[in-house]
Amino acid sequence: MAERDPSTLHARDLTVVLGGVRALDGLDLTLEPGLRTVVLGANGAGKSVLLRTLHGLIRPARGEVTWSRPTRQAMVFQRPVMLRRSAFANITYALAVNGVPEPERTRRAAAALARVGLAAIASRPARVLSGGEQQRLALARAWALEPDYLFLDEPTASLDPGATAEIERVIASFAAEGTRIVMTTHNLGQARRLADEIVFIHAGRATERTAADLFFDHPASREAGLFLQGELPWK
Amino acid sequence: MEVTLRPGRWSSRLARMAVASTLLAAYPAAAQGTFITVSSTTSTEQSGLFRHILPEFTKATGIEARVVAMGTGQALDMGRRGDADVVFVHDQVAEEKFVAEGFGVKRFEVMYNDFVIVGPKADPAKARGKDVLAGLKAIAAARAPFVSRADKSGTHAAELRYWKAAGIDLANDKGPWYRETGSGMGPTLNTASAMNAYALADRGTWLSFRNLGDLEIVVEGDQRLFNQYGVMLVNPARHAYVKREAGQKFVDWVISPAGQAAIAAYAINGEQLFFPNAKAGG
Amino acid sequence: MLEIFASLGLALGLIGGADPTLLGIVVLSIELSLVAAVAGAAIGLPLGALIAVGRFPGRRSLIVLLNALLGLPSVVVGLVVYLLLSRAGPLGTLGILFTPAAIVVAQTLLVAPIVAALARQTAEDAWKDYEEQLTSLGVSRLRAVPTILWDARFSLLTVVLAGFGRAASEVGAVMIVGGNIDGVTRVMTTAIALETSKGDLPLALALGLVLIAVVLAVNAGAYAIREWSARHHG
Repeated sequence: MAERDPSTLHARDLTVVLGGVRALDGLDLTLEPGLRTVVLGANGAGKSVLLRTLHGLIRPARGEVTWSRPTRQAMVFQRPVMLRRSAFANITYALAVNGVPEPERTRRAAAALARVGLAAIASRPARVLSGGEQQRLALARAWALEPDYLFLDEPTASLDPGATAEIERVIASFAAEGTRIVMTTHNLGQARRLADEIVFIHAGRATERTAADLFFDHPASREAGLFLQGELPWK
Repeated sequence: MEVTLRPGRWSSRLARMAVASTLLAAYPAAAQGTFITVSSTTSTEQSGLFRHILPEFTKATGIEARVVAMGTGQALDMGRRGDADVVFVHDQVAEEKFVAEGFGVKRFEVMYNDFVIVGPKADPAKARGKDVLAGLKAIAAARAPFVSRADKSGTHAAELRYWKAAGIDLANDKGPWYRETGSGMGPTLNTASAMNAYALADRGTWLSFRNLGDLEIVVEGDQRLFNQYGVMLVNPARHAYVKREAGQKFVDWVISPAGQAAIAAYAINGEQLFFPNAKAGG
Repeated sequence: MLEIFASLGLALGLIGGADPTLLGIVVLSIELSLVAAVAGAAIGLPLGALIAVGRFPGRRSLIVLLNALLGLPSVVVGLVVYLLLSRAGPLGTLGILFTPAAIVVAQTLLVAPIVAALARQTAEDAWKDYEEQLTSLGVSRLRAVPTILWDARFSLLTVVLAGFGRAASEVGAVMIVGGNIDGVTRVMTTAIALETSKGDLPLALALGLVLIAVVLAVNAGAYAIREWSARHHG
């Protein structure tokens, strides 16, 4: 995957109205290849809506998302949706839908499970796995599709610290292989550990895009400063 | 990312089930030997006559006779639509019309039974006796509850003829005492039993009827109460599907000495229900 | 009240005695109702899921129509099937009027709308959970139909059972298109109607109790299967 040509994402004037509320309000954003981006912002700022819009799940009322070249993408949700079949079949299903033939399908599914440390439970029904295992399976399913961009919406929000560490390890390893990571989180520690750059969202707009090591000590926007103060009151 | 629908494991399994179920459904029809469909009346079916005589017919000819029982009017309609091979009913006027219209080949008289008027043991209308017309007059005069089938069956047609003959104009005289059920003999008797009302019934159904309540026969034995049954082959010229040969064999058999003897032999509690009266040679 | 106890005794006697005629009627009832339930499911499940997942003009009207069909009077269905299958009707050449096949046709027409309407509800609930994930995986709405049906299979089993129940308890249409022919198309319900019209109410009720027992046994079996599978598949 590392050898694939990188793709740049341009979001221009994105406006999304959900239930009469402007979730995104003329948001502009450029995501360059090779970085790990964490989107931060207060509750209701529009982080999840942004990810879904970039991924194509939500059609913006105005504006557009363009890619510099054809780009494969996948998304992992806060609450993973597991199909009522085995862990292994959850992955082969996604591959079959995307036209991956046998025996390639089986090979890739097995590799994906091994990648997230679930090879031993391949035949277990996905629905009876633990929350952490389900999220790892969701990651494996997304990874098997060999995405250029992987969107993750609060992937560890409902997990315990052990499972969270495991998920972070997997995400970091995907990124190391060249998968472009774009994720949201409420966990600032996680953001520090995983982010190369931070995109800060306030009231449906991206108020800043800053390198991660700079952001936490010197946020550029006033809103981000207030947010960090609220989240890290000892500062 | 656009993907076309490929029939998966699941849908092919479903398809197999659908095919299997179609075969299963068709199987009982296909597995049978020669059979004919006889449209007949509830009185003959419910009295148990067919269960008694049909096995003998099948033994003699190897043909299975399937009886669909309904009111005479409906049974004749079944013949008109070509859904029966043979019609075996009891309404001479309607039957003759059926043949005259070309739906039936020829009508043969088979047997008769008789109608009875049943009513409350206490007989509040004082209808008891041997005279059907006197009985009906008494019921109408007393405004005693009477339950009519009102379903265009042979029994219903007979009932209307008796009222007319008794000089009672139902169109004007129809009060709350005259109840129309619009259903078969059995349901009508159930209603009469529940209401403790009078009703006209064929003896066969009456004898095999269990839910008597307080009812008993109050009028019987009148010559006019005789109820003639006729049988006819549905005209194959009208409906090409009619099983002419097998159907004719059924007609021939019920009016043959063997068939007539089988009819005469049927009894409930030692009481003969149907009296064969086919004319020799048709 | 006494009559009901008498019928209960009679019903036990009928079951215990394993009367071959009764057994034939019971087996035919179950067989035809199962075939109709499967056929109705083959039509109703994909249709219901398609309506749940699909976005097409007239979808709302279709849902209203489908829900209205839940109250479809069986006698009307019977009459329509009778007129279709009658020798004088458009499908008369099939020659299946007054055969078990005709009963299955009528029952299927009654079962399919029930299955479709209930399946639509179930599939719509499942689709709410699945829509984002499946869309994200690149699953088209059409491709999602079998996926949703398979994933909701345990809930849909109940839906199919409801269809089976309707088929097994059906009398009006079955009487009209089957003809209640002794040994050929006489099923539990038409036998009950016949005994009722013969005034043998205890026997009719006893047959009714046998019917209830049969439906109960089928449902209990299906419930056990559902519970077992749900435990193993999550």
